[in-house]
Amino acid sequence: MALLNIEVDGQTTQVESGRTVMDAARQLGIKIPHFCYHRKLSIAANCRMCLVQVEKAPKPLPACATPAAEGMKVSTHSEYAVNAQKAVMEFLLVNHPLDCPICDQGGECKLQDMSVGYGGGASRFKEEKRVVANKDLGPLIATDMTRCILCTRCVRFGQEIAGIMELGVGGRGEHSEILAFVDQTVDSEISGNAIDLCPVGALTSKPFRYSARSWELTQHDSIGAHDGLGSNVVVQVKQNTKVMRVLPNNNDDVNECWLSDRDRFSYEGLNSADRLTTPLIKENGQWVEATWVEALQIVADAFNKIKDVQGADALGALVSPNSTLEELYLAQKLLRDLGSHHIDHRVRQSDFSLDAVQTNIPWLGLPVAQWPELKSCLIIGSSLRAEQPLLAVRLREAVRNGAQINLVNPFVDDLAMPVAHQLVGTPSQLPGLLAEVLQAVAALQNVTVSAALQPLMSHAPSAVAQGIAESLVNNSSCALFLGCLAQHHEAYGTLYAVTVELARILKAPFGVLGEAANSVGAVLAGAVPHRGPLGTHNAPGLDAQAMLSSPRKAYLVMGLEPELDCANPAAALAALKGADFVVALSAFRGQTPNWASVILPIAPFTETAGTFISTEGRVQSFKGAVAPQGQARPAWKVLRVLGNLLELEGYDFESVDDIRAELSHDLKALTKNSLGNELAAAPALKVRASLGTIERIGEVPVYQTDALVRRSPSLQASRLGSTVEVQINSALATRLNLKCGQNVRVRQGAGEARLSLRVNNAVPDGSARVPVGHPLTAQLNDANGVVNLEAAS
Amino acid sequence: MTQVIMGGCDGENTWRLKDYVARGGYEALRKVLSGMTPDQVITEVKTSALRGRGGAGFPTGLKWTFMPKNYVGDKYVVCNSDEGEPGTFKDRDILRYNPHALIEGMIIAAFAMGATRGYNYIHGEIWSVYERCEEAIEEARSAGFLGNNILGSSFSFNLYNHHGYGAYICGEETALLESIEGKKGQPRYKPPFPATYGLYGKPTTINNTETFASVPWIIQHGGQAFLEIGRPNNGGSKMFSVSGHVNKPGNYEVPMGTPFATLLEMAGGMRDGRAIKAVIPGGSSMPVLPGHIMMQTDMDYDSIAKAGSMLGSGAVIVMDDTTCMVGMLERLAWFYHEESCGQCTPCREGTGWLYRIIHRIEHGQGRMEDLDLLLSLSDNIQGRTICALGDAAAMPVRSFVNHFRAEFEHHITHKRCLVGSAHSEKAA
Repeated sequence: MALLNIEVDGQTTQVESGRTVMDAARQLGIKIPHFCYHRKLSIAANCRMCLVQVEKAPKPLPACATPAAEGMKVSTHSEYAVNAQKAVMEFLLVNHPLDCPICDQGGECKLQDMSVGYGGGASRFKEEKRVVANKDLGPLIATDMTRCILCTRCVRFGQEIAGIMELGVGGRGEHSEILAFVDQTVDSEISGNAIDLCPVGALTSKPFRYSARSWELTQHDSIGAHDGLGSNVVVQVKQNTKVMRVLPNNNDDVNECWLSDRDRFSYEGLNSADRLTTPLIKENGQWVEATWVEALQIVADAFNKIKDVQGADALGALVSPNSTLEELYLAQKLLRDLGSHHIDHRVRQSDFSLDAVQTNIPWLGLPVAQWPELKSCLIIGSSLRAEQPLLAVRLREAVRNGAQINLVNPFVDDLAMPVAHQLVGTPSQLPGLLAEVLQAVAALQNVTVSAALQPLMSHAPSAVAQGIAESLVNNSSCALFLGCLAQHHEAYGTLYAVTVELARILKAPFGVLGEAANSVGAVLAGAVPHRGPLGTHNAPGLDAQAMLSSPRKAYLVMGLEPELDCANPAAALAALKGADFVVALSAFRGQTPNWASVILPIAPFTETAGTFISTEGRVQSFKGAVAPQGQARPAWKVLRVLGNLLELEGYDFESVDDIRAELSHDLKALTKNSLGNELAAAPALKVRASLGTIERIGEVPVYQTDALVRRSPSLQASRLGSTVEVQINSALATRLNLKCGQNVRVRQGAGEARLSLRVNNAVPDGSARVPVGHPLTAQLNDANGVVNLEAAS
Repeated sequence: MTQVIMGGCDGENTWRLKDYVARGGYEALRKVLSGMTPDQVITEVKTSALRGRGGAGFPTGLKWTFMPKNYVGDKYVVCNSDEGEPGTFKDRDILRYNPHALIEGMIIAAFAMGATRGYNYIHGEIWSVYERCEEAIEEARSAGFLGNNILGSSFSFNLYNHHGYGAYICGEETALLESIEGKKGQPRYKPPFPATYGLYGKPTTINNTETFASVPWIIQHGGQAFLEIGRPNNGGSKMFSVSGHVNKPGNYEVPMGTPFATLLEMAGGMRDGRAIKAVIPGGSSMPVLPGHIMMQTDMDYDSIAKAGSMLGSGAVIVMDDTTCMVGMLERLAWFYHEESCGQCTPCREGTGWLYRIIHRIEHGQGRMEDLDLLLSLSDNIQGRTICALGDAAAMPVRSFVNHFRAEFEHHITHKRCLVGSAHSEKAA
């Protein structure tokens, strides 16, 4: 690419051909005032605030849209340029209300800031100001449309980043206004970014509204806790006691400047009335508040007793993958020091056949920042926008760069971007469908599929499978990813093995889309039965399913709501209720009194220091933003004291740093060396014929991923959060004599759920999308099982 | 007097293909297809000194050379028949009375630039004209002038009419392209120019109706002959839409360089024999000139520029001494305020502000400092916007205030109109 010499304000620099004056100025650190320009959005050049003087140009030119030219000389702060900028500022202010004192954007408003530099002391505008009606954009975004300066950032964000045009400019001239479609709200899973993008107070955060001024808030860097990406966030705190909101922290390698709504608005749950603030114990069948000393002693005594009487094998631990590395490390250390290896964080997983053949830590397989360079990609079993909202953004960028996206999925998914091929079948058909792709790829590449996978090579590849294969083979930079629906699949090991083989033939990177904030960290910490910390192998313990199907006498449950978080809620509750003793470490009361023996209030991620290792293996430590509420304590402190009370050696940690140091002095290097998706041997294949009944597609709804998200009223009130329904296709609906919109009873085992039915032909015949993780479906059992549907009376 | 476009038309019954052919129509196309190269066509147009008749007056031949020659894929020619400038009504008559001149001109232009497809974007309010153009295109297609292998040559070209819905801004060429694409009519920022990134992102040349309609004559009679009708750098004849306080308002096609006094005489002179006060010589967005200056000026691009205005689209709005210049400007300012697309700040906010100030002055609520404010705002709008609508809104304001400042001051100080009994006193 040719380099052009350009001079801005007397400083010279070089920019690539096709870059703009704004790019050159930014490169030199020269700030040009602007509103509509945003480095991640297309150029609009509509605000005109960035007008600059260009030598030989007959009029001032917008820096954001003027291509750099060889020898160009630009003045951004000459009298000529500043006069133009001031004139634009005057025009922007004529119809902007002077309501800064009651505007939520006050103190962090670009217009306010710029008007200090470019605005007049008094207005020459003596006419009446325009008033624009506010819009109902849903429970997340508040509007004061009279303040809008029509920069169209929110519109371009929707079209270009979120992939869905939910806002547009209606009307003309002075009657222009930002609108959603008639009777529609803004429902994208990343809609909150429009709030950040809005340079004025037209779009503000509805949950945060009128609760604090920006200058009252202290900023604390932290990490998003609700998906595997490890988004960098800023937690904003008022008076050092209350988290008021969460905003993205720019990191171009991770989340760029974006944040998913889940990471942005879930903070509401931190201040939920359901928070536990005191240890609770049972006295004469009644729950009473207790001191930490009392409660912990009861736990220690119970564990000691059960260990002495039943043996350490009677102890098990189910832990949340959203816990910190330090918490997970201590939890497994405690269990293992007591003599048990029955610890697992993979509570939604049902096939653990890979445990025997996977020595390294499964990870994303390709750093996030490299996703946009992909030319083709195959995603297997994922509701991507719900699972990984910002990875979907990266893929959208790849598609803009010409990439082809392919899916092998249990339903046709709307990724809000063009998808080249979707190979769709019921859950039990997925291994076969993926094998078709493998067969087609092997044929195209003229190689033989390894013997271990030959039993799968039975079908002739369908046209769609052939299309996917050609897409992968013909585009040199391709990758394969297994989503959460694949990871939760009952034949996960088989899907994984086929993916490994595809990657081998294609010489392509492959990986798993880490489900939770610390899915990688949990394995590294040893919170899995087959692998201790540092990869040390012990006698394998029971995995998350086995621990429930072969119930233990005592459980430690940390950060989980088993009736919602486990693959089989009914089995989980039965095991917990049947145990002699269960200690719950939880930030929320929830249903814990129904199954726990002692309830210990722990701090969520904003109230403790800790470390998350993202799905791409990025080690990110953070500090607590606020002190724990009430008597709640960070789980690592609880576990450390429990270790002391159990009279175990080596529990003298003073800080999370001490815990990390015990794990490794160079966590980044350790992580890097531990990541690996290859298998030591092929796992046992599992191929099931269709059960012939209605197979359940048990996906986790976007706002039901964990206890904190479930307690954000705004997220739950949003369209994505409030829509809970069964989806089947029209053929099945006809056979069952059910109609779209009617209430149906979903029966599974002894449990049932009543949900509204949506007929959706994106769902393959013979299956039903019945969400897991939702209170309405908590009575059902296996996420991968079969269900019966009938009209609700 | 040679009339390039309307010569031989009777103004009603001679628009059909057979009439056009009888006038020598489509002979230019036959000439082009029987041996001329695209470069030869462009050279002829360059020689003619034909300048864009839509308002900007850009040399047409030069514009045609901007199209990439070896582009792989579709290229487009687009006709801007979205005639919305107040005072302008010439393109409507070309479409109505001589549509085949436009069609033939577009085919020749497409041949010269290697375009495969063309669109004729017609103003939304002239539905019957759109219907007539549909008939005309169908006639041309049936006769083999449009479609594949035109007249047995290897050249293929398809042409479609597309009607807008009356937004003035869609006459701006890039807003017009957006509108054809089915989007909201809003101008694009340039660069890139349409010749590199036009309709559907493809190389596109947009010319005015009258420009295209001049092309057949140029090819048939030669660029030099066209040039000689007018003046150096101002070739050909031009249609002027004369309106206002004249006895015979209408379209007049006269050679470039015809004195305004002659044009006024053709239009029957001033109504009721009153004195001429002011003329807007090129459509409402061009600066107004006092009548006595216009009476000394010739009607061509360079002469009118020298006099301090622009030829624009050739809409000549004549005002006699009963005209209230404040009221006139109020009406113009309202138009630009109403038609601003709202995309960029100075135009969206500035046009409304201008209108409201002028409205106040007209209604006896003016302040003396308003006049300098009007000029200052005009300065701040002009040259600062994405498209020329901002300039179009500002230029009348500056010229009206500068040429007729005393009349504005009278309105402010006396809270009534200077022109007296012709207008009743404004309510204070």
